[in-house]
Amino acid sequence: MKLPGDVDLRMAWAIFMRNATEYGNTWRINLLPNFFEPILYLVGMGLGLGYYLADGMEGQDYLAYIAPGLCAASAMNGASFETTYNMFVKMTFARLYDAYLSTPAQVQDIAFGELLWAVARALIYGVAFLIVIAAMTAAGYSLLSSPWALTMPLALALIGATFALIGEFFTSLIRQIDLYSYYYTLWLTPLFLFSGIFFPVSRFPYGETIAWFTPLYHAVRLCRGLCHGPLDSSHLVSAVWLSAVCAVLLYIVPIRLRSRFWQ
Amino acid sequence: MPAIEAKNLRKTYGALEAVRGIDFSVHRGECFGFLGPNGAGKTTTMRMIYRATPIGEGSLTILGLDVGVGTNDRAIKRRLGVVPQEYNLDERLSVRENLTVFGRFYGLRGGPAQTRIDRLLRFAALTDRSDTPVQHLSGGLKRRVQIARGLLGDPDILVLDEPTTGLDPAVRNALWQQLVELKRRDTTLVLTTHYMDEAEKLCDRLVIMDRGGIVAHGSPAELIAQHVTSHVVELHIESEAELESVRQRHASAVSRTARLAERLLLYTDRGEDIIQRVVHESPHVVATLRRSNLEDVFLEITGHGLEEAA
Ligand SMILES: Nc1ncnc2c1ncn2[C@@H]1O[C@H](COP(=O)(O)OP(=O)(O)OP(=O)(O)O)[C@@H](O)[C@H]1O
Ligand SMILES: [Mg+2]
Repeated sequence: MKLPGDVDLRMAWAIFMRNATEYGNTWRINLLPNFFEPILYLVGMGLGLGYYLADGMEGQDYLAYIAPGLCAASAMNGASFETTYNMFVKMTFARLYDAYLSTPAQVQDIAFGELLWAVARALIYGVAFLIVIAAMTAAGYSLLSSPWALTMPLALALIGATFALIGEFFTSLIRQIDLYSYYYTLWLTPLFLFSGIFFPVSRFPYGETIAWFTPLYHAVRLCRGLCHGPLDSSHLVSAVWLSAVCAVLLYIVPIRLRSRFWQ
Repeated sequence: MPAIEAKNLRKTYGALEAVRGIDFSVHRGECFGFLGPNGAGKTTTMRMIYRATPIGEGSLTILGLDVGVGTNDRAIKRRLGVVPQEYNLDERLSVRENLTVFGRFYGLRGGPAQTRIDRLLRFAALTDRSDTPVQHLSGGLKRRVQIARGLLGDPDILVLDEPTTGLDPAVRNALWQQLVELKRRDTTLVLTTHYMDEAEKLCDRLVIMDRGGIVAHGSPAELIAQHVTSHVVELHIESEAELESVRQRHASAVSRTARLAERLLLYTDRGEDIIQRVVHESPHVVATLRRSNLEDVFLEITGHGLEEAA
């Protein structure tokens, strides 16, 4: 089956399945940390720091305030790792893409297959987080207060796709693996801190305006809306914003990757 | 229609002309070889054939499909099997997982896929290693996995870039047998190698490349007949001075002399006469008479490691 851009879904699926096979060999080791991360943040920031914030944040209990944004960030992290370090290693040291490309697979299939897998990883991270939040809600913490929370996996998939494609784009540009330290320190870390997870970005002059142009801000806003409501047009704008970035990158990334392999 | 046809095929990397206008045509069902010293352009030519790199100038047609038309690439690759020069297996997966994953690119899945993989594992004598992670295999075993992988799509053309480099003699022989078997089943083989005995055994026709061009072509027998004498007298002489003096003494009686380290080679069509003369005049020298082979042609043509006289 073909998608626009001559993506052959069967080939992309083969690449997805390759990654799933590798994960299947190690998931017992890999899955557990996905649960620790949310617990550490929720306990450390939510219960620890939150204890000193008697009024909460924006009229909300601090724990409930940060939970949706942290969930978005965990999807971001899950997807990012797959299409940065992991993808770079497969592309260069392991020469795996050379091997794929000598089969009927083409570059755009690889880009799409890696995207599918990164979305799956984002879902694994994000849903693990959701499970922890839901468990705490059941225990009386009220971290989820809207029925729309049931659609969170869809939002997490969209967030995962966005960051997977941004990662693929960066990967298509660099020649040295060391450059990812810039990607993490100067891109993902600032996003994590200044996208409204822990405090409203309007704290800083033009904060809201600048943040509007960055992806995690929209991811956080969307997740917060779905977890707590009430939903309004701003959440739709965020969903469209993320989808538009995906669409643009879906077009650009295969071209960039192709110029790298097709020489 | 030939399996592969190249006309004035070129490829440059920046200022470097890796392939400078070569013509060749591979018939269906034959084994076609590319020989040549390091950097001659063999791998570059293979990569153009298996669509890992665009062609520069000229034309290349594979199974009737013009590679100049980009949309043909998938169709071409579907009918090709590739065993690249460098290892690029999935080291994190087992042998069977590797074949299962790559089989999906050829539409193999489920039970039929495993049946085919079992057959390929038997073919490559890997059945008892099928669950070993590839990273724990020796180089020769990895090469065999790569060959099995190259056959997953039941290719019409199998491209092998130095398939037996790093293999022990027993495994090489086993592989040759398997390649002959494939050829009998009408698979076209395209092969590069640095082993002249391999080329001589396997290839119906071959070309010798040097510095990006084709410098000779023909069947092994034709090449030997065209480029070298029927026999070679090989002398092992350790002393430099003595080697030179023996060479002076016999140079005029033979067609050509050559040196390879402490070996002196006398090329001649009168092998019996010459070896008797040598043994008579230099009784302590170890002399052997042999028929010329492709290695002699290779050295004659590419001139590498060779000092000429006569
Ligand atoms: N991707 C590349 N970029 C730049 N130059 C390249 C590239 N690939 C090959 N070359 C150059 O092209 C020339 C031909 O290389 P090629 O790999 O085709 O040689 P070869 O005949 O396969 O040699 P060997 O016997 O060592 O495998 C060499 O000079 C090589 O350095
Ligand atoms: Mg080579």
